Amino acid sequence: MNTIKASTRLIAALAAVIAAFPSAAQEDDFITVVSWGGSYARSSVKAYHERFVEETGIQIKLDEYNGGLAQVRAQAETGNVTWDVVDMEAGDTLLGCDEGLLETIDYETLPAAPDGTPATEDFLDVFDVDCGAKSLIYSTVYAYNDTLFPDLKPATMADFFDLGKFPGRRGMRRTPNANLEFALVADGVPADQVYEALSSEEGIARAFRKLDIIKDKVVWWEAGAQPPQMLADGEVVMSTAYNGRIFNAWALEKQPLTIVWDGQVLATGYQVIVAGTPKLELARQFVAFATSTRSLANLTKYISYGPLRRSSLALVDKHEETGIEMEPHLPNAPQNMANAVLEDPEWWADNQDEMNERFAAWLIK
Amino acid sequence: MAKARTGAIMLALPLTAFILVTFIAPLGSMFMRSLYDPLVADIMPETVAALEEWDGTGLPPEQVYALAARELERAREEKTIGKLATRLNRDTSGLRSAVMRTGRGLKRAGGPPWSETLPAINAAWGEPATWQALARTGARVTPVYYLNAVDLTFGSDGGIVRQPEERRIYTALFIKTIRVSLTITLLCLAIGYPVAYLIAHSPPRLSRLLLVLVLVPFWTSLLVRTTSWIVLLQQQGVVNDLLVRFGLIPDEQRLTMIHNMTGTLVAMTHVLLPFMILPLYSVMRGIPAVQMQAAMSLGASWPRAFYRVYLPQSLPGVGAGCLLVFILAIGYYITPALVGGQSGQLISNFIAYHIQTSLNWGLAAALGCVLFVAVLLLFLLYDRVLGLDRMKLG
Repeated sequence: MNTIKASTRLIAALAAVIAAFPSAAQEDDFITVVSWGGSYARSSVKAYHERFVEETGIQIKLDEYNGGLAQVRAQAETGNVTWDVVDMEAGDTLLGCDEGLLETIDYETLPAAPDGTPATEDFLDVFDVDCGAKSLIYSTVYAYNDTLFPDLKPATMADFFDLGKFPGRRGMRRTPNANLEFALVADGVPADQVYEALSSEEGIARAFRKLDIIKDKVVWWEAGAQPPQMLADGEVVMSTAYNGRIFNAWALEKQPLTIVWDGQVLATGYQVIVAGTPKLELARQFVAFATSTRSLANLTKYISYGPLRRSSLALVDKHEETGIEMEPHLPNAPQNMANAVLEDPEWWADNQDEMNERFAAWLIK
Repeated sequence: MAKARTGAIMLALPLTAFILVTFIAPLGSMFMRSLYDPLVADIMPETVAALEEWDGTGLPPEQVYALAARELERAREEKTIGKLATRLNRDTSGLRSAVMRTGRGLKRAGGPPWSETLPAINAAWGEPATWQALARTGARVTPVYYLNAVDLTFGSDGGIVRQPEERRIYTALFIKTIRVSLTITLLCLAIGYPVAYLIAHSPPRLSRLLLVLVLVPFWTSLLVRTTSWIVLLQQQGVVNDLLVRFGLIPDEQRLTMIHNMTGTLVAMTHVLLPFMILPLYSVMRGIPAVQMQAAMSLGASWPRAFYRVYLPQSLPGVGAGCLLVFILAIGYYITPALVGGQSGQLISNFIAYHIQTSLNWGLAAALGCVLFVAVLLLFLLYDRVLGLDRMKLG
């Protein structure tokens, strides 16, 4: 009896393996999508990856990175492209496009809004790049651990640089990006004149001098998931962070974190396709799906990043799990925009190398 | 005789081939990269050639403008303009957007005179500095990466000048790397010498046990040893917990011992310690213990006997251990990357940064070559002062 059972089971198992074979052999059935990990990636999965897989039958292999073009460049140089779609910052998208590392995106081929408005008119008129499908607007802000400031609470960008008023360690991303902008705003430069100031040697030196004040108290982070963790652990009392990460730590994990919107650096995010991918058609299909009205609106149910389609903005509703009204938490909500810096990707593309070098020299001094 | 020699050569052939492929060839290609950079000259060959005639002052003649316009147009069509823009931007920030915008603008631009059309598309073409940058980066063989590796650069007049203060980074880093390596070598010697002495002159059973205690960490993965230091030394780690428990430091003032220079020093000393102990031990094992007894029976105190009789005989081991540890330390990469934080980064970490992140391979290669030459010089210095032939590895 037992032996029969065992052999039946064996045959059944073999049959299962054989049945699984054809689909395993069809390598075309998946694409590699690279995003920023942590709660943002989890939100994208729930907002539209799952539905994409369901509707198209194409599997998604999710990978993560922390920005930059290094891996994409390396894949292009060696001719071994393993990433298909990447969630990319504006400056990198611009550079990658110039260097021929990314495919051009034709907005005519992106889906129209539900009311029939073509995609070319539905997207907000923010920084256009030939190779990027606009997806969302996010912001680098600073947040603090509420329990550590029972009385006086930080309220302005200047407070982040004020060790006398608010002692304790700070978290900052280990790049010059956004940090230079923060320093200038804290030093009194109006938000809309930040890049004007940065275009002179004097302005850059001024930003670094401001950073000097807190340098010894800074813990540097690289992955977007780190700052909410460092804040919750009390390793730092305040930290710069992506606004969506702080929102999720606050809304879902009930961490006592508060965002300070003053001096926030708003930036646009894109879906790009790596040039030379053998799965170009599938990648295009995914990008069209991911930047559709419904996908972008859906994302706001899970994380507080603003959609870059007008038609999606109208659909912004409540947070899926907690029922929190999402609109006030989006970085581009009017009440959060009082003193916001709009990132200038052109300035960064031109000055990234030099700023990286100066930043590295400044760090080890 | 001849047959034996052929046999010997044949036997050495696989090794020679192996060294050629895995050592000489990559080293050679790295050396090439640090000097040879044909990118700009390949994309704009005629402009670069024409610029060689130009005296470098003021603006170049119309004919150069015309060549540049034609070759920029071609680069845009062939999609090499982005690479050109990136390379020029590395020389002078801002040229990236100037080149890209010119490429786009040329589609709609009028014709000659190009010395008016190009500056009209982008003002950069009206600046002598742009043409100087083009002439500079156009040289196929260039010392610029070596200059950058020691914080020098080309001035606007073509002469060699120091980088501006806020961009100087590598000379300080080389000095720091050498200083840290020396510190680690001395720490290893201070800790390793007594341990090696104990192993060499203890009763066999104890000596074997001690040797195992040295070898087990030596055989353990580098990553495991490095990350266990993170567990021990971090703010909420074992050492801080113990210090707080015993009231030696208050809870809110836990020591920062990792992700800084302290972390690098502690972890690297530990990782490299066996490389000091093992050569010392093998030399000390050959020093008869009776010599010390003889010296002491003739009236020398223990310190004097040690200093006059034992120490001189152990010096070849000291030399070998120090050289080994120092050379390993100077190129160390993983440990400082993991536990060094910001202040504990060494030159090797910046070489890795330029290879992996900024993709400025020319600079990475030049930094590597400078490091290589520095080590060679130290090696020769060692030979001159102490003599390589006196070194004993066992």
